[in-house]
Amino acid sequence: MAGKMWRSAILNLLRQWGLSVNGKDKIKAQELSRVVGALTTETPQPRTFIRGMQTVTLIPGDGIGPEISTAVMRIFEAAKAPIQWEERNVTAIKGPGGKWMIPPDAKESMDRNKIGLKGPLKTPIAAGHPSMNLLLRKTFDLYANVRPCVSIEGYQTPYTDVNLVTIRENTEGEYSGIEHLIVDGVVQSIKLITEQASQRIAEYAFEYAKNNQRASVTAVHKANIMRMSDGLFLRKCREAAEKHKDVKFTEMYLDTVCLNMVQDPTQFDVLVMPNLYGDILSDLCAGLIGGLGVTPSGNIGANGVAIFESVHGTAPDIAGKDMANPTALLLSAVMMLRHMGLRDHAKKVETACFDTIRDKKVLTKDLGGNSKCSEFTEAICQRVRDMD
Amino acid sequence: MSGTMAAALRGSLVTLVKGLSGPRWQHLASRPLSLSSSLSGAEPPPARADATFKVTMVPGDGVGPELMTAVKEVFKAGDVPVEFEEFHLSEVQNMASEEKLEQVLTSMKNNKVAIKGKIHTPMEFKGELASYEMRLRRKLDLFANVVHVNSLPGYNTRHNNLDLVIIREQTEGEYSSLEHESVSGVIECLKIITREKSRRIAKFAFDYATKKGRNKVTAVHKANIMKLGDGLFLQSCAEVAQLYPKIKYENIIIDNCCMQLVQNPYQFDVLVMPNLYGNIIDNLAAGLVGGAGVVPGESYSAEYAVFETGARHPFAQAVGRNIANPTAMLLSAANMLRHLNLEYHSQMVSDAVKRVIKQGKVRTRDLGGYCTTGDFVHAIVENLTHPPLTAKQRL
Amino acid sequence: MAAPSAALSMSRVINPFWRGRVGNTVKVRQNATFMSYLGWSVDIMLQPPPAKYGGRHTVTLIPGDGIGPELLSHVREVFRFSCVPVDFEVVHVNSADETENDINNAITAIRRNGVALKGNIETNHNMMPSVKSRNNLLRTSLDLFANVMHCQSLPGVQTRHKNIDIMIIRENTEGEYSSLEHESVSGVVESLKIITRNNSFRIADYAFQLAREKGRRRVTAVHKANIMKLGDGLFLQCCREVASGYPDITFDSMIVDNTTMQLVSKPQQFDVMVMPNLYGNVVSNVCAGLVGGPGLVPGANYGRDYAVFETATRNTGKSIANRNIANPTAMLLASCMMLDHLKLHDHASSIRNAVLTTMNETRLHTADIGGQGTTSEVVQSVMRIIQSKGQLTAEL
Repeated sequence: MAGKMWRSAILNLLRQWGLSVNGKDKIKAQELSRVVGALTTETPQPRTFIRGMQTVTLIPGDGIGPEISTAVMRIFEAAKAPIQWEERNVTAIKGPGGKWMIPPDAKESMDRNKIGLKGPLKTPIAAGHPSMNLLLRKTFDLYANVRPCVSIEGYQTPYTDVNLVTIRENTEGEYSGIEHLIVDGVVQSIKLITEQASQRIAEYAFEYAKNNQRASVTAVHKANIMRMSDGLFLRKCREAAEKHKDVKFTEMYLDTVCLNMVQDPTQFDVLVMPNLYGDILSDLCAGLIGGLGVTPSGNIGANGVAIFESVHGTAPDIAGKDMANPTALLLSAVMMLRHMGLRDHAKKVETACFDTIRDKKVLTKDLGGNSKCSEFTEAICQRVRDMD
Repeated sequence: MSGTMAAALRGSLVTLVKGLSGPRWQHLASRPLSLSSSLSGAEPPPARADATFKVTMVPGDGVGPELMTAVKEVFKAGDVPVEFEEFHLSEVQNMASEEKLEQVLTSMKNNKVAIKGKIHTPMEFKGELASYEMRLRRKLDLFANVVHVNSLPGYNTRHNNLDLVIIREQTEGEYSSLEHESVSGVIECLKIITREKSRRIAKFAFDYATKKGRNKVTAVHKANIMKLGDGLFLQSCAEVAQLYPKIKYENIIIDNCCMQLVQNPYQFDVLVMPNLYGNIIDNLAAGLVGGAGVVPGESYSAEYAVFETGARHPFAQAVGRNIANPTAMLLSAANMLRHLNLEYHSQMVSDAVKRVIKQGKVRTRDLGGYCTTGDFVHAIVENLTHPPLTAKQRL
Repeated sequence: MAAPSAALSMSRVINPFWRGRVGNTVKVRQNATFMSYLGWSVDIMLQPPPAKYGGRHTVTLIPGDGIGPELLSHVREVFRFSCVPVDFEVVHVNSADETENDINNAITAIRRNGVALKGNIETNHNMMPSVKSRNNLLRTSLDLFANVMHCQSLPGVQTRHKNIDIMIIRENTEGEYSSLEHESVSGVVESLKIITRNNSFRIADYAFQLAREKGRRRVTAVHKANIMKLGDGLFLQCCREVASGYPDITFDSMIVDNTTMQLVSKPQQFDVMVMPNLYGNVVSNVCAGLVGGPGLVPGANYGRDYAVFETATRNTGKSIANRNIANPTAMLLASCMMLDHLKLHDHASSIRNAVLTTMNETRLHTADIGGQGTTSEVVQSVMRIIQSKGQLTAEL
C-alpha cells in the first residue's frame, strides 16, 4: 500500500520534469541534449539585450525585505544601472485544483522578465501551505542554487581569502519529500538521484566556471557509501568534465571537503553537489565569510529564469527600524547584473559596497558599526557616484 | 590518618603471613606494594595491571600501517601490557577476502577491543553495496561513534580551546546500502531511521554526557525537510532527554550547525546526530583543531569498542613517505588504554603526545613542521615518563 | 483444572523474570496504570537499553547514610583494582531533605542505567508522616518487586547454627508497606495492607523459577492466613497455583510465627522461602542474624527493568559509621551479585572468592563477628588475594 503511494509520488515527480517511465515516450538522447543545451546557452552567458532599460521583477519580501530592497534600488539608481523594477508581492494562494501557487501576476511578470530579485519571505508556521521559497522553486523549476562566497575585507572572521562558489542541485536528492513509515518506529526516506538532473547541474557548473573565469570544478559526493546514487551523480560530473577539458575537474568526498574547508578554504574554487550536501556546505561557506547577512545567492531555473535572493531571515524584530543590513541582497543584485551581462555596473556597485565595509566608518550594527541602514546605503551611493 | 592506616596495614600483613603459603608470601613481599602504600598513606594501591590485555589490530589502508607501527613503538617503549593481534584487512587491489573478515570478527569477539585504521573503499561499484567498513560496523553493531574534538595546547588554529564531543549514529540512516535503479536513469537511495536506534544513540549521548560531566546535548537534524525520518530521530532524542533532567537539551538544523561551527564553535558541548550528518560534522570539527591527523575517535556497541582516528581517511598520498601524523592514532590508543582500565599508561601516552606538541619543536608536516613520522614518534618515546612500572612510580 | 492453568498462563504473561528485558507491549500495558501513577507515559517506559557501551557498564551508586559511603568507596576501590569494566555514576540522596527532589534524581538515574548499588538511606522518624521512606519510594517507583537474599553459613564465622543455606524471596512493593495510613477517628489509626493477585503471582512465579534455576528442591511460603484469611489467603492461593506448574519442586507453607521459631531452632530445614513484604522483613533479619549478622549478607531487588543491590538487612549502621570497623563483606558480596547480574561472571567470582577466602581461610574478621580487623584491613586482604590469583602468579 505504502509502496504504491510513494511509487506514484516518484512518478509524479518524474512527470513534472517531463520524463516518462513506461519507456514508450522516453526522451531521445538528442532531445535531452537540446534541453540541456538550451539551458546552458541561456543561462549565465552575456545575453544580448536590447539596449536600454531592462525590466526585473522585484519581490521585496517580508520583515526587513522592503527596507533592504529600497536600499538596493537607491544604489542602483546612483549607479545608473539600466534596470527597471517591476514590484510584485507574493503570498501563497490556493489555485483552482486546491494546489498552492504564487499569484498569477507575479508568475506572469517573472515569465516575461526572466530575471527576479527577491528579499526574504516569511513562512508562517502552520499556515497550511508550503514555504514560499519552495513554491517559487517548484514554479520556475529552479534547479541550481549558486552561492559565491568571497571574504569581505574589513569584516573580520577567522578565515581570509575565501573565494569559492557552491553550486547545489535543488530539485531532488534527499529533499524529494518521499518518506513513509514502514512499521511503527521505522521510517524510510528516499533520496532520489536522476540522470537528467545530475547531468544538467554538472553541465551548469562547468558553464558557470567558464563564464566566470574559474579554474576548477570539484564534485562533492559520498559515493563510497552511496555507491549507486552518488555514483550516478559523479558519473555525470565526469562526463561533463570530458566536454569541458579546459576546466580542471576534481572529485572529493563530502567529509574530506568539510575537513579541508575549515582548515584551508582557499584551495576550493567551484563546488558542485547534490541537494543535501549543498544545503550544508553552502551554509558552512557562508559561515566562513561572516554569515548569511553578507552572502549572496542565485537560483537558476529552466527556460532561462533566474531569481536572485538574500537567504537570511526576515528578522521581524528589527523590521522597520532602519537597522537592517542590505549587503546580502545588494550582492545578490550584483550577481544578477553579472548574469545579465552588465559587468561594468556590477563591478561598480560591488567595489563601492566592499570599499564601504573596508573603511569601517559607516557600518550597520551586525557588521560591527553603529549606522542605520539608510546611512550605510547612502555611503555606498556616494562612493558609486564618486566613481563616475 | 596515615598512622592508623599504616598500623592497619601492618596488622593485615601479619595476618596475611599466617594465611598464605610460603612462595606466595615471598612473591608479595618482593613487590613492595603494601609497604609503600602504607607509607604513602591514603594513596590507593595500584590497579591490577599485571595482566596483559589482548587487542585486535586492523591497520587498514593508506598510512594506517605506519600509524600502527608508531603505536606499537610507543607501547613498547612505555612497557604497556597490551598485546596486539594483527589483521591486514583491505579491499583494494583484490585483497578482499571473506575469510579475513571472519578472522577479524572472531578475534574481536574474544578481545572486545580493537584499534583500527581506515579501510579504503574503492569507488568503483562492483555489485557489493556495503563496504568492509560498513560490514564490520554492522556485524559488530558498532552503533555509536564518538569524536572528542579538543584543541591541542601549543598548536594554534583559528579556533583555540575547543572542547566538543560529536556523537554519531553509524549503522542506519543514509548508510543503509539500500539503493536501486527504479527507472533507467533514476536511482533511489533509502535512508532508514528507526526509533529503536535513534533512542539508543540518544541515550548513548546522554550517558556519555553524564559520565563526562557535560552540561548540554544538542541534536543535529534536518527535520524541517525530512519531517518523518529526522523527525523521528528528534522525537526520540527529546524523549530520552526527559530521563536526564540535569542536562540541557537543544536541537539545531544541520546547515545552521555547520555555519555556527565555523563562526562560534564554543556554543556546543555534546552533539548527537544521524549517520551522514555525523560524517560531515566529524570532519568539519576535526578541521577546526588541526586536521584529520590530530583528532582521535572511537566506536562503541554494547559489547565492543573500536578505537580509530576521528576523521577517517586513508591518506593514500602520504603512504611510505614517513610524513603521516600519528597524533590522532596515539591519542586514540591512549583512550583505548583508559577503556581497558590502564589509567596510568593511558595518561603516560597522552601526556607524552601533548607535551611534544606543546613544545612545538618536533612536528609533522601537516602541523607546519618539517619532521618525519619517525622523528615525531621518537620525540614521544623520549617524553614518556619512565621508568613506568616500578611500584614507587606508580604510587 | 482449567482455572489454575489459565491463571498459570496469566502468570506466564506477566512473567517478571528480570532476564526477560524485552520491550514487550503486552507487559507494558499491564503496568500502564502503575506508570501513569508515576507520571510516565507508556511510550517512555519502552526505553532504550541500559548504559552499556564497549563492554563497559555504567551503574548508579547511591552512597546513602551511615556506613554506606565508606563501604561503597571500598567497593569502588576493589573494582578499580581488579579492572572491572564498570563505571559509577554517583548520586547523593540527602536524607534530611523533605522534598523528593533528591530521590527522584536517583530514581531517574537508575532508570537510565538500569542497575544500581546502594547504601541504605536513613528515614528520619521525626519528620512529617507524609515523608515516605526513601528506600521504599525507590523500590515502589521502579517496581522492584522481588527482594532476594541468600543466607549461607560461612565456615570461618562462628555461629550457633551450621550449614544454613536459605534463599529468601520477599515481595517488595505492596503488603503492609503500602504507605496508606490514616486516622479514621481520633485515636484510631488504620493502616492498609494490600495484597493483589497480580503481584502475588509474579513473586511466586519468580520464586519458583529461581528455585528451579538454582537447583533447589523446596519452596516454603510464609503467611498468616489463619488470621488474615483474605489477604494472606490470596497470597497463599497464588503460591499454590504457581506451584502446580512446578511439579519438580516441593511446595509447603508455614505460618510466620512458627517460621521464626523453627528458624532459630532448626534453620537447616529451610530451602527457598517466599513471603509478603513485612514477613520478609522479619524473616530476612532473623536469617541474617543466624549466619553472623547484618554485615555478611547481600541483598538484591529485582524488577522487570531494573535491579538495585544493597545489603540484605538494609541498616544504615550510623553508630559505627566512619570508625573503620564496619564489615564490608555484605556490600562486597552485593557488588558481586551486581556483577553477576551484569553477566560479568569472571569478575564476580574472582571478587567473591577473595571475600570468602578472607572470611574463611585468612579469618580476618571485623569486630561484629568477633574479630580484630578493621574495614580497610579486610579490603586490603581481599585485594591482595585478587592479585595473587591474577595472571602474575602463573609466572612464578
